Amino acid sequence: MRNFTYLVPRSLNEAISMHESRRGRAKYIAGGTDVLVKMKEGKLAPDGLISLRHIIGQDRPFLNTETGELYIGAFMTHRSIERSPLVQHRYPVLHDAVKNIGSVQIRNVATIGGNLVNAVPSADGAIPLIALDGKAHIYGAKGYRLIDLARFFLGPGQCDLQGAEILTEIIIPPLSPRTGGAYVKHGRREAMELPMLGVGVLLSLEADLTTCAKARVCLGVAAPTPFRAREAEAYLTGRPVTEETLSEAGRIAAGESRVRDSIRGVAWYRREMVGVLVKRMGMLALERAKKRNE
Amino acid sequence: MSKEITFTFNGNRMTARVEDHWTLLHFIREELGYTGTKEGCGSGECGACTVIVDGAAVNSCLYLTVELDGRSLMTIEGLAAADGSLHPLQKAFVEHGGIQCGFCSPGMILSAKALLDENPAASDEDIRTAIAGNLCRCTGYIQIIDSIKSVRGEAPEGPRVVAWRDEER
Repeated sequence: MRNFTYLVPRSLNEAISMHESRRGRAKYIAGGTDVLVKMKEGKLAPDGLISLRHIIGQDRPFLNTETGELYIGAFMTHRSIERSPLVQHRYPVLHDAVKNIGSVQIRNVATIGGNLVNAVPSADGAIPLIALDGKAHIYGAKGYRLIDLARFFLGPGQCDLQGAEILTEIIIPPLSPRTGGAYVKHGRREAMELPMLGVGVLLSLEADLTTCAKARVCLGVAAPTPFRAREAEAYLTGRPVTEETLSEAGRIAAGESRVRDSIRGVAWYRREMVGVLVKRMGMLALERAKKRNE
Repeated sequence: MSKEITFTFNGNRMTARVEDHWTLLHFIREELGYTGTKEGCGSGECGACTVIVDGAAVNSCLYLTVELDGRSLMTIEGLAAADGSLHPLQKAFVEHGGIQCGFCSPGMILSAKALLDENPAASDEDIRTAIAGNLCRCTGYIQIIDSIKSVRGEAPEGPRVVAWRDEER
């Protein structure tokens, strides 16, 4: 790796002014498990790295018990999210995803914010957060802005961050009652692999515990960016959640996906598996929604 | 640029002047001269370079040495006692055939140590998860998992290593 200067700001403002004063010659780094690989491969060669590791004590998820909103600091490691009892019990769809990202060694240092800003089509962390209607809290020289995470991803490797802006937090709105969610990374093995497909389903049920009040069907590696299969969601809403309706939702979601052939899988197989996995995750989400009601 | 860092290395407090761009793997092998930590892929895929920083297993090939400031580092050299007697995990790897060529062993053992330090009653699945980021191309993993299970305090099922050797030769 060629030489560079490692800068350690203690505040967001300091980080931003360091970034601006270096006029594009510096790059932010958090856990570094993506940035350092790219630098070793010569795909990145910044003069400076600005570490976001020492900024604020955002080392655990915070649930605002008055509003029901969950705040996830962007500099949290996957491991700390994985081990949070709050995430395990209230947000299993997120736990499903983070527990299989990379390996323990990677999860111990890699951050959720880093996973998001890399904006790869396979970003495991993104799918459940989109399913949970997460919002990206972005800080820049002009102050804060808040955008839907679903709109944060612009293309492969591109996200809605300009200049010196920093993704600081993901905010999850309050969960509706009787909500359950599930995520699966589909691939040849669970660990150390990018998904061939990522499928997250979140269902909120009516008081009858059968009718779907709200549905989120989110797919990774099924298009250039993580996306919501909105037609499948609209189909489920207002219908009873059963194997049959979930199969149909899976069929619709498969039709909405823009899968392609790649080294990890071919398009037709991916499309077939969207159908299978939407149904499977839907059934698990249903079970979890009922359990949460008990 | 270089910086002065203070850290604990295998229990000893140290201060060193390090270059910003040094990976921890480079620092351990080339500057400190401890070669038990191995470089496999250099990109966080194989786990051969695993070390323990503040109790957590990390890939030293993707960890900047400057980030070691104020922390504690353990490499495979820190496991054996001062008189040279092996750590129970090391003994278990020898006894259960968890080592063949040995290249993955330091990383495997340290991943297992980080797990058992935190959760001495780790389940079989916990063990498999803990070493999922450590590739071994010799043993087929079963002997490694048996080695770790034996330290956890549960006897592995049957003498798999002996049986395998009999078949091969």
